[in-house]
Amino acid sequence: MLFSVNWLKKWVDLELATDELATRLTASGLEVDTIEPVATSFSDVVVAEITHCENHPNADKLSICTINSGAGEPVSIVCGAPNARPGIRIPLARVGAVIGDDFKIRKAKLRGIESSGMACSARELGLSDDHAGLMELPADAPLGLDLRQYLELDDHTIEIELTPNRADCLSIKGIAQDVSASCDVVFTPPDASPVPAGIDDTIDVSLGHPEDCPRYVGRIIRGIDPTAATPLWMVEALRRSGIRSISASVDATNYVLIELGQPMHAFDLDHLVGDISVRRGRCGEKLDLLDGKQVDLDDSLLAICDENGPVALAGIMGGLDSGVTDSTRNILLESAYFKPETISGKARDLGLHTDASHRFERGVDPRGQVRAIERITELLLEIAGGQAGPLIHAVSERHIPVQNQVSLRHARLNRVLGMDFEETVVSRIFENLRMQPVFSDGTWTVTAPSDRFDISIEEDLIEEVARIFGYDNIPPALPAGDLNPGWVSESRLSLQNIQQALCAAGYQEAINYSFTSTASLELFSMNKHVLPLANALSTDLQVMRTALLPGLMETLSRNLRRQQDRLRFFETGMVFEQKETLTEYWHVGAVACGSSAPEQWGIQSRSTDFFDLKGDLEAMLALRGDSGEISFRHTQLPWLHPGQAATASVNGQDIGWAGSIHPLVLKQLEIRGPVMAFELNIDLLSNREIPYAKSISRFPSMRRDLAFIVPENVTFAEIRANVIDLSGDLLTNLILFDLYAGQNVEKGYKSLAIGLILQNVSCTLTDEVVDLLVRKVIQGLEQRLDAQLRG
Amino acid sequence: MVAVESVNQILKQALAEISVCEDLSMLDGLRVRYLGKKGEITSLSRSLGSMEHEQRKAFGQAVNRAKGEVAQAVTARRQDLESVELNIRLAAESIDVTLPGRGQQRGGLHPVTYTLQRMTEIFSRLGYDVATGPEVEDDYYNFESLNFPPHHPARAMHDTFYFGDGRLLRTHTSPVQIREMKKRGAPIRIVSPGKVFRSDSDQTHTPMFHQLEGLLVGETVSMADLKGVLQVFVNAFFEKDLPMRFRPSYFPFTEPSAEVDITWDRGDGKAPGWLEILGCGMVHPNVLKACDIDSEKYVGYAFGMGAERMAMLRYGVSDLRQLFENDVRFLRQFH
Repeated sequence: MLFSVNWLKKWVDLELATDELATRLTASGLEVDTIEPVATSFSDVVVAEITHCENHPNADKLSICTINSGAGEPVSIVCGAPNARPGIRIPLARVGAVIGDDFKIRKAKLRGIESSGMACSARELGLSDDHAGLMELPADAPLGLDLRQYLELDDHTIEIELTPNRADCLSIKGIAQDVSASCDVVFTPPDASPVPAGIDDTIDVSLGHPEDCPRYVGRIIRGIDPTAATPLWMVEALRRSGIRSISASVDATNYVLIELGQPMHAFDLDHLVGDISVRRGRCGEKLDLLDGKQVDLDDSLLAICDENGPVALAGIMGGLDSGVTDSTRNILLESAYFKPETISGKARDLGLHTDASHRFERGVDPRGQVRAIERITELLLEIAGGQAGPLIHAVSERHIPVQNQVSLRHARLNRVLGMDFEETVVSRIFENLRMQPVFSDGTWTVTAPSDRFDISIEEDLIEEVARIFGYDNIPPALPAGDLNPGWVSESRLSLQNIQQALCAAGYQEAINYSFTSTASLELFSMNKHVLPLANALSTDLQVMRTALLPGLMETLSRNLRRQQDRLRFFETGMVFEQKETLTEYWHVGAVACGSSAPEQWGIQSRSTDFFDLKGDLEAMLALRGDSGEISFRHTQLPWLHPGQAATASVNGQDIGWAGSIHPLVLKQLEIRGPVMAFELNIDLLSNREIPYAKSISRFPSMRRDLAFIVPENVTFAEIRANVIDLSGDLLTNLILFDLYAGQNVEKGYKSLAIGLILQNVSCTLTDEVVDLLVRKVIQGLEQRLDAQLRG
Repeated sequence: MVAVESVNQILKQALAEISVCEDLSMLDGLRVRYLGKKGEITSLSRSLGSMEHEQRKAFGQAVNRAKGEVAQAVTARRQDLESVELNIRLAAESIDVTLPGRGQQRGGLHPVTYTLQRMTEIFSRLGYDVATGPEVEDDYYNFESLNFPPHHPARAMHDTFYFGDGRLLRTHTSPVQIREMKKRGAPIRIVSPGKVFRSDSDQTHTPMFHQLEGLLVGETVSMADLKGVLQVFVNAFFEKDLPMRFRPSYFPFTEPSAEVDITWDRGDGKAPGWLEILGCGMVHPNVLKACDIDSEKYVGYAFGMGAERMAMLRYGVSDLRQLFENDVRFLRQFH
C-alpha cells in the first residue's frame, strides 16, 4: 500500500515528522518498506504563463517565449518544447533556481538569443516520466505561486507492506484510524454528506445469493461529460499512490478505492439491459473481461448479471461490453460487499489479480458501501457534471457479518504478555481502536469495528494491546526451566558423528536439492518408485530423489568442469520411495575421484580405488565400535562396475552399497573417472551398543605368520571366516599383510600372507599349544578352500 | 725396580695408543690387547709369583694402577668417540622441517549445516530437544492444523509444491511442532531443524532451504520470555550484543505474532540498519486445540528462522545461490 503523508494528514491530526511516523507505523505492524519524496528537490520554480511565442531565428526546433510569472517584468526564455504556445501556464524555473542536487539555472545564450530561466517538463521536476513537452498547469493556477506550495510537493510517499490480516489498512481511512491509535492522535475524517438526487432513475437489483453478496449499492448518473479532465490535485494524489490517471470516471473510482478502501465499478448504463441480479454463474456462460480475457463461468463464480447474462465478475473485474468508454455519458455505479470466502482464491485460479480481488478476499468493510458511493458521486459530479439518481440499496441485513463482541481478561493479558498492564492504558488503546471497551470484573468486552476481520478471540485483543503499546516496550525475561536433560542417547550415532567422520576423512559436504530430473534418475536406473511433483518449477526439478548419488555426481561433474580434479563429496539427507505408501529414508552418500591423496612430494601418486573409499567408509562405520559384524559382499547394481560393486551389511542386514561407478554412466556424464561412491541408510547403521569393558590379558601374545596359495576366486572373507572358526578363542586378531599374484604363483591362484595374533587370558601360551593350533588352521584351510601353505 | 719400569713403559705406550685411536672397534682391540685375559698388562700379574715380597708389593701396585688408568682411558676415549659418531649420525639425519606434512586433506561441513548445528546447540543448552519430521506432508499438518483457513491469502505467501493427491512438500518445519505436540503433549520444549520447500526461484529465493523452528509450551510462558530467549540466542549466535526490534506481524499459527529485526552493518558505508531475521509469536489457541492441549492451562511461544540467512550474515555470503552450487572452492572456506 502506497500513500502520501499529506493525504493521510487530511484524515488524522498528525504532527509527527515523516521518519517518526514511519517508525510508529512499523512498530504497530504496518511495516514501512520505503519512504520517498514526491518530487525532486528544487527551489524557485513558480507558476507562470507563456504570453508570447516566436520562432528562434537560428534554430528550427527552438522558440523564444515571453513569460509572465505574476510580479515583476516578463522574462524571455528559449525553449525547445513542442507544446510551448501562448496562453498555457507552466512551471518556470527562474534564474537562480536549483533543480535536483546541483542543476542551477543561469542566464545563458542559446544560439545567440538570451534565455532567462527554464520552462520545465514534469520529468525534470520528478513528477512523472512525461518528457514530451512542458508540464501544463491548470488555467486557474495562481501566477507567481511557488510550485512546491501549489502542488503541495513538500510531501513524502510511504509504502507499507501489509500482512493479509490487515485489509483495513488498504485505504487512507484505515491507516488513519490505526495511526490515531498507535500515535494517540485524533482521527479527523472529512465531512461526508449524501448527494441529493437530481433525477429519478433507478434500476432493480436482486441479491440472488445474499450469503455471497449481502449488500449491493448502486446509483445511476446521467449526462456526464466523457471528455472532462481529471483535476490536477486528483492526478497528483493518485500519482503518489502509484496510479496513473486514465479518465475522470476511472480516476474517481481509483481515488475512492485508495481513500476508503471500497472497490467500485462503473457500468455504461446504455449497455445494460433490464435489471441487475447478483448470482452464481451458470455452466456455459461466458464473459469477456475488461482486460480482454474470456472467462467460462460456473457456479463457483459470483457474477453481476443483467437480463442478457453476466456483465461483471463479482469482486474481480468488470465485463468488456458494459465497461465505460470515452463516449460513455450515462453510468451505473456499483459499490458492493462480497464475502471473502466467495472471492478467495478465485482470481488466482483464473490467473488474475486485481485491486478489487485483493481487497475483497482479505475483507472490505461491509458497512462502507453507502459512504463510498456518496463520495464518488460527489467527486464525479464535480469533475464531469451530470445528474445523480437516488441511491439504490439492496441489502440482506441478516447476511451482513456481525461485529464480534470479544472479551479480554486482565489476568490473561498480563500472563500472556508477561507484564502488568494498567486498566486505563488498555482501555485507552481499545477506545482509540474504536472498539468501545467496557471494563468490569477484571474483563474488557469490546466490539470489533466492522472493517476489522481479524478480531474474533481473546488472543486477537492481546495482540492489539501489545502492538499499540509497542512490542519493544515489553521487558524481556527468560523462561523458567525444569532443568531435566531427558535421556542423552549414546546408543544411537548422531548425524553429526557421521558428518564429522567423513569430514575428517577428507570429504566436503554438499547440499543438493531434494528434487531432480527424471533423466538424471534414469541414467542411474534409479527411476523406480518415483514421486513426481505436480507443479515443478522445471523439468530439472521434477521428481523427488530416490538416492543421493545422482545429485552428488552432478556436483562432482560441475566441479570437474571447474578444473578441480581430486574431489571428495558427501551428503546426508532424505530420499523418497513411493511404493504403495511413501517412505522417506535418511541416507548418507559419498563420491570420490582423482588421486588417492592430495598431490604431494612424500606419497606416490595413484588413482583413488575401491579400497580407498572402503577404508573411509570403514573408518566411518568404526563409530559403531564393537556393535556387530560389518561385512561386504560382491554384488551387481546397474550404476556400478560389475567387478567392483559391494553390498554392505551390518549383522546380516543390508545397509547400502559401495563401488566404482559404471564406465558407461561416467561416459554419459562426460567424466573420465574412475569415480568411487557409496550410499547407506543411516537409520540402519546408527544403532550401536554401549561399550562394556572386558579385562585385558596380562599374558604375552604370540604371532604366527602364514602364507597360503589359494584359487583366485576364494575371497578374503572366506579365508578370514575359516581361520576364525578354526582357531577358536585364542585368536585375538588376524592381519592380512600381503596379497600377491603373478610370478612364482601359478596362474589362477593368488598368495595371501596373514598374521595370527594369539593370546590366552589366563596363562602364557606355550609353543606346543600354538603349533597345534597353527597345524589345525593349515589343515583346515587345505581341506576347505584348497589352500596350500607356501614354502 | 726394572719390572716396575717396564709396567710404566707399557702403560705409557697404552695411553698413547688409546689417545690417538679413532675407531670404536680399534679401541676395543686396544682394551683386549692390554686388559684382556691374555693382555699385556694382565700378563704382567702372572710374573708376581716369582718375585720377592718387597718387589712384589711395588710391582703389584704398579700393575693395578696401570690397569685402572688404561680402563679409565678406554672408557673416556669411548665416550668421546661415541659422541662424535652420534653427532655425525644426527647431522646426516637432519631434514627440511618446512616440507609439507604427508597426508590427506580435511573435508568440511556445508556452512548451512554448520550454522544449523550451532543454532541447535545454543537451544540445546537452553534445554530444547531436537525433533525432526517428514518432508512430504499433507494439507492438514502443513496448513490446516496450523490454523490456515482454506483459500486464505496467507497460503499464497507459501508457494507450495504439490504432488496432486493432497500431499505436498512442507513449506515450513512447523508440521513437526504439530506432530510432536500430538505425540508428547504439554509441557514441551523443542527445536526442529530441517529442509523446507517453496516454489520460488530467483536471486533471493531457492526452491529448497533450511529452517530451524522452536516451540515452548508451558504453564508460565509469556511473550516477555519469547523476547528474552530470542535476544540471548541472537547474542550467542553472533557472539555480540546486537540490538533487536520486535515488530507486529501476522502468521496464522501465532497470535500475537512478531517479526524480529537486528541491527546489521551491511558494509555499504551507511549506518547499520534493521534487518529481519526471524518470525515468532505466541502459539495460536487453535493450534494447541488441534493438538489436544488445553489452551487455558498452557501458553506457548514459537519462532522460526532461515538457516541460509543466518549463514550468509555470519560468513558474509552475498549470493544465496552460491550455497547450493556446491563449488568446492567456495565450500572449502568453511569448517
